[in-house]
Amino acid sequence: MVRLEPRPEPSRRMMFASPLIAAALMIVTGYVMFALMGREPWQAFHVFFVQPLSSAYGVGEWLLKATPLMLCGVGLALGFRARAWNIGAEGQLTMGAIAGGGVALYFHGVDAAWLLPLILLAGVLGGMAWAAIPAFLRTRFHTSEILVSLMLVYVAQLLLRYLVNGPWKDPAGFNFPQSVMFHDAALLPLLVDGLRVNIAFVIALALLAAAWLFAYRSFAGFRMQVSGLAPAAASYAGFSDKRNVWLALLIGGASAGLAGVGEVAGPLGQLQPSASPGYGFAAIIVAFVGRLHPLGVLLASLLMSLLYLGGETAQLELGLPSSVTGLFQGLLLFYLLAADLFIHFRFKPRAAGSSEAT
Amino acid sequence: MSPELLIAIVASSAAAATPLILAAAGELVAERAGVLNLGQEGMMLAGAIAGFAATVTSGSLALGFVAGMAAGMALALLFGVLALTLQTNQVATGLALTLFGVGLSAFLGRDYVGISLSGLKPLALPLLSDIPVLGPLLFNFDPLVYASLAVLAATHVLLFRTRAGLKLRAVGESPHSAHAIGQPVIGIRYLAVLAGGALSGLGGAYLSLALTPMWVEGMSAGRGWIALALVVFATWKPWRVLLGAYLFGGVTVLQFHGQALGIEVPSEILSMLPYLATVLVLVLICRNPRTILLNQPMSLGQNFFPRG
Amino acid sequence: MTAAAPPRLELLGITKRYPAVVANQDISLAVRPGEIHAVLGENGAGKSTLMKIIYGVVRPDAGEILWEGRQVEIDSPATARRLGIGMVFQHFSLFETLTVTENVALALDAPPPPAELAARIAAVSAQYGLPVDPRRLVHSMSVGERQRVEIVRCLLQRPRLLIMDEPTSVLTPQAVRTLFQTLRRLAHEGCSILYISHKLDEIRELCDSATVLRAGRVSGRAVPRRESRESLARLMIGHELPVTRLPPRTPGAPLLEVRGLSLKSADPFGTALRDISLEVRAGEIVGIAGVSGNGQKELLAALSGERPVAADAVRIGGTPAGRLGPTARRKLGLRYVPEERLGRGAVPELSLGLNTLLTGSAHGLVRHGLIDRARVRELARRVIERFQVKCDGDRTLAGNLSGGNLQKFIVGREALLASQVLLVAQPTWGVDVGAAALIRDALIELRNRGAAVLVVSEELEELFMISDRLAVLAEGRLSPTVPTAATSVEQIGLWMSGAFAAEPAVPARAEAVHG
Repeated sequence: MVRLEPRPEPSRRMMFASPLIAAALMIVTGYVMFALMGREPWQAFHVFFVQPLSSAYGVGEWLLKATPLMLCGVGLALGFRARAWNIGAEGQLTMGAIAGGGVALYFHGVDAAWLLPLILLAGVLGGMAWAAIPAFLRTRFHTSEILVSLMLVYVAQLLLRYLVNGPWKDPAGFNFPQSVMFHDAALLPLLVDGLRVNIAFVIALALLAAAWLFAYRSFAGFRMQVSGLAPAAASYAGFSDKRNVWLALLIGGASAGLAGVGEVAGPLGQLQPSASPGYGFAAIIVAFVGRLHPLGVLLASLLMSLLYLGGETAQLELGLPSSVTGLFQGLLLFYLLAADLFIHFRFKPRAAGSSEAT
Repeated sequence: MSPELLIAIVASSAAAATPLILAAAGELVAERAGVLNLGQEGMMLAGAIAGFAATVTSGSLALGFVAGMAAGMALALLFGVLALTLQTNQVATGLALTLFGVGLSAFLGRDYVGISLSGLKPLALPLLSDIPVLGPLLFNFDPLVYASLAVLAATHVLLFRTRAGLKLRAVGESPHSAHAIGQPVIGIRYLAVLAGGALSGLGGAYLSLALTPMWVEGMSAGRGWIALALVVFATWKPWRVLLGAYLFGGVTVLQFHGQALGIEVPSEILSMLPYLATVLVLVLICRNPRTILLNQPMSLGQNFFPRG
Repeated sequence: MTAAAPPRLELLGITKRYPAVVANQDISLAVRPGEIHAVLGENGAGKSTLMKIIYGVVRPDAGEILWEGRQVEIDSPATARRLGIGMVFQHFSLFETLTVTENVALALDAPPPPAELAARIAAVSAQYGLPVDPRRLVHSMSVGERQRVEIVRCLLQRPRLLIMDEPTSVLTPQAVRTLFQTLRRLAHEGCSILYISHKLDEIRELCDSATVLRAGRVSGRAVPRRESRESLARLMIGHELPVTRLPPRTPGAPLLEVRGLSLKSADPFGTALRDISLEVRAGEIVGIAGVSGNGQKELLAALSGERPVAADAVRIGGTPAGRLGPTARRKLGLRYVPEERLGRGAVPELSLGLNTLLTGSAHGLVRHGLIDRARVRELARRVIERFQVKCDGDRTLAGNLSGGNLQKFIVGREALLASQVLLVAQPTWGVDVGAAALIRDALIELRNRGAAVLVVSEELEELFMISDRLAVLAEGRLSPTVPTAATSVEQIGLWMSGAFAAEPAVPARAEAVHG
């Protein structure tokens, strides 16, 4: 019999190891699940995790899908450091897509160099505006940002659905609920011909570096970290809680909005009833698995992106349901939370006569 | 407004309110013990698919509801192992439970899409339902509508009239004091979380077996989150859940009867109403921080490790 | 009881190790029936752990417990209670939102119906002179009343051994006397009492025998009445009590002025401040006595800037500062050492370096919005060195320091950066004797250099040691401020129960009469 005992101080080694342990456990679970579903586990494993990356096109897709996860994930990570629980990145992403897409549609056919920056800016502002609502309600009316940001996800999604079914529907689109295709000047340039990954990936990398500087070297980042770790200490130090909440949510909204506009001005090329297959929610997992650290967010985004890709390949090749992806993502977070226990605790064999650790 | 329309509106309000009442009552019990379980949405979806699958397989609605409760409890147990035994952050764990529940239900439900069931029939209360107008208006609901009221009454009695409820509230206020005087804090919290899971699972099963008798991915559509908001709105008092849930039921119904009522607004916009109403209601209740401070269980969301 | 009767409780070789420290090492002691037995030791000596072992909250790693001569294993408080052991905790284990009756019922294994229980509570409280209204909600009660609830809760179980953990730290001197009467009466009826304290005079007055702990081990046994204060101190800390000297000094201009300060509490169960006026001058220490919960938290929030008030209500160095937040007040030269060290005064998960940045950012540690890490570390090292903080350097996490060391760090950080005014809450609460002496000396040195120091404390002995002037905060009102030399523990004690409105001071409330 063993029992838990707190470590005298948190284990740094476990802090780095636990996301790896979680990923390993997820893969083991996947193996068992494939076997239980009557698939040859190694083959399924290969299809899921290796095959997607065995071509240049596959790698391009991998980075393409990692981009919105990096963007949403890093924004959430900075917010979570301040314990501002913005879980509505999916809604902010959708609003970014609507705002950016709206600009693209308004200037449809205008061939100017300022158009794309304007579209991106609109996307960022759209996401920020949507995140400003929970920020305002929390700082002014003490309303839980968790519930408000989440409710607004549904509102944003319904708004997008309304727009593509109504005012913004392509009149020549055979009544499909989608807008016209954006023209070239409104689309993000590709990084490599033949691959769909675009310049948004580079922007995301730059933002990760900026986020690192902000979180670990700036005083504003320090203030946010203190208000997350010990709100009473932040209040004692005189760090404004309101400012931290606003900052956390606006950063999250801006980066999610950028992710959203990156989708519609990137791989989608138009507004459709949905702007994302749940990147905004998956980014919550990305932020946690990435240890709220920009480099971790990068690695976690690549892993989660692979899960999306693997799910698609597995559906085509093995007829596995694509919902396996969601299941894996959830499992990954569970395993991480469980493995994190060993940052602060360790097992202690229960000897006779001993018990009850402090 | 014709009596028929009124009856239809009341009936669909009650039906829309019932899953919210069940889930909110469950969360209320857990929160009263100091545990914030944001996994409501996940537990409802698990309940919805488990209930639907069980009924499709066995042909028994009763078995479906039992399966829904069991599924909700299974997820709640997972939450308990992580957040209560392994001391993980309750907010993160609850989010994980929701994300997991969404994925799991979609995965398990892949073979059940497109099947439809006859669903739960109204249970006309003898004599009472024969009263003209009022009878069909108030005494002709399906059994779970009545059951949800009984659940709220039972929750109230449990919390405020029994020793078990006293212990539960004590743990929710100060787990450290409760531990010091020898109450099994973790055990009590487990029971509260499991009870919450059972009720959320039941609420989920009601969605797929009664409200819209079929399985659709993500069919809870945020109801788990609305239930969480309802607990705040109710200031952690069971009877106020009833008020809140029927208010929401009424708002939801505008979607179905909007046109009959002569409201010319696109359906997407009408569908936003419950979510916007949730935000509005949260603002109204949280506006005065003392309302929350005075009513919220004091240890809500805080982990407890029984240290010496 | 004959002389041959076995001790009521006997501990043999009790040992309890925690990951970082050995809390109890080979501790043995025996308590006879009807004996009041002191467990004496300074903060951190292992007293509380030992009591929790006896009460079944903590399980020992080794050792035996004998109850009336029979070996027992106490695996939970319920087991302890069944044996006849009751405990009054230092930090009460009461539930604020519940009534007295409900609180008592929770601690009983098989409580009678509420009405019957309320009657029994009333009976016991009358019998022992511990007035308690069974129907009241705990949050509406004073600290003294809450302690009575705890004691009555124990007495209802007819304990044969009562553990009192530092019971007097929350009481007025008059209330302490009443408590002692109750305890003596209980002992006379045959109940054994384990009395945990670090207050030498109290132990000499009350206890029949004493076991002294030092660093987790038994460092001596004594009959306190036959010992002097000095000899007990030697057993407790290994040397004489350090002496604190407050050289006379003529104060200068007022640096901190409070005028007509009224403030509602942010806490629904808190105490509102009512019309508080106060002045702290350059080169003096003003002590504010009083039992916690009488508005201390609110007063400190208003003075430090965490709760803004009317501009003129607080002046720092003559400048109206009531509307300013903590950062702006710091710029005016006001510094603050809060009561809560971990989580307020310092962030446990951060290094001492970053904890210096917490309140030191205006001292050249931030440039262009970026943290100058070299300077942060340098300042942290200066604090560590000047105030003898035992740690592995500025990278040590604040949460890994002992209570005394962390307090030295926080006081040091604020004292080093303070230019005009220093507010200190409970400067030595839970701190070992050596660190406490160092902290008091640091405060006095700051005063000697011409700063205005305001100390809010529950420890009367300490306030008399270091204050030039004293006032009492009771029920949100502040008493007149008097020179320390011109008052007495008696008078301050009376004021602590709120009896300063009608001068001359007379006991006006039940608190003062009954304790």
